[in-house]
Amino acid sequence: MATKPMRSPVGVAAGLGSAREGVAPWWAERVFAVALIPLTLWLAASLIRHSGSDHASVIAWVRSPWVTLLLVLLLISLFSHLALGLRVIVEDYLHSGAKFAALLIVRFTCFALCAAGILATLRIALVA
Amino acid sequence: MTAAANRPAAAERSAGPLSPHLQIYRPQLTSVLSFAHRLSGVALGLYSVLLVAWLIAAAAGSAPFSSMQTVMRSPAGQLLLLAGIFCFFLHLCGGIRHLFWDAGYGFDLTAIYASGWVVVVASVTLTAIAWFAGSVM
Repeated sequence: MATKPMRSPVGVAAGLGSAREGVAPWWAERVFAVALIPLTLWLAASLIRHSGSDHASVIAWVRSPWVTLLLVLLLISLFSHLALGLRVIVEDYLHSGAKFAALLIVRFTCFALCAAGILATLRIALVA
Repeated sequence: MTAAANRPAAAERSAGPLSPHLQIYRPQLTSVLSFAHRLSGVALGLYSVLLVAWLIAAAAGSAPFSSMQTVMRSPAGQLLLLAGIFCFFLHLCGGIRHLFWDAGYGFDLTAIYASGWVVVVASVTLTAIAWFAGSVM
């Protein structure tokens, strides 16, 4: 993604925007945002439908192939979008030495939560 | 030329335009929604921890799952859920507004205020619909 220039030739010639690859994370945040519109609406509708469900029916729901796939896609999009959004907030408001630590914590936490969520989903789907 | 040479002197800098001073800044729909978009995004980050916890509880078995259900059905849990649903719809509607801006649409002042009020009304309405649907199910 970062290898291909994502700015218009006019923008490059005029020297507008990021001097390096700042456009790539900005663009990725929006791509994940677009993916999250249908995915989160689907999740919200599903959670509403299962608000009175017991454990067995929730398990049966997660185990159906489409639900497993959509949950994994949702977790990847959600935590990628979250990591990029929190990164911008940290970069905007933190200018001390804490900035570097905060950026690391944001990335590690988002990645760990994403992995934990996918693992739990796959455990339900694949482990009897 | 070095970076220090490019930077204006302190006296010169103070004469320039300042960014809004938050203590005396009159809130407008635009600034309030801008801040609310970031705040709801951070809040939803915390709610995503809850989503992962819910999946882990479901994977761990029926006992951890039902204890989590019990917590979420308590008054405090319901209030947390209601706030989360509102944050979700606010960030969703505000996010769609931002995507239109990113595509270059809706930048004139009338459009900005109109879309801002649409976001407010739509978030409240969708939260009410979702809450009603959840209580009926």
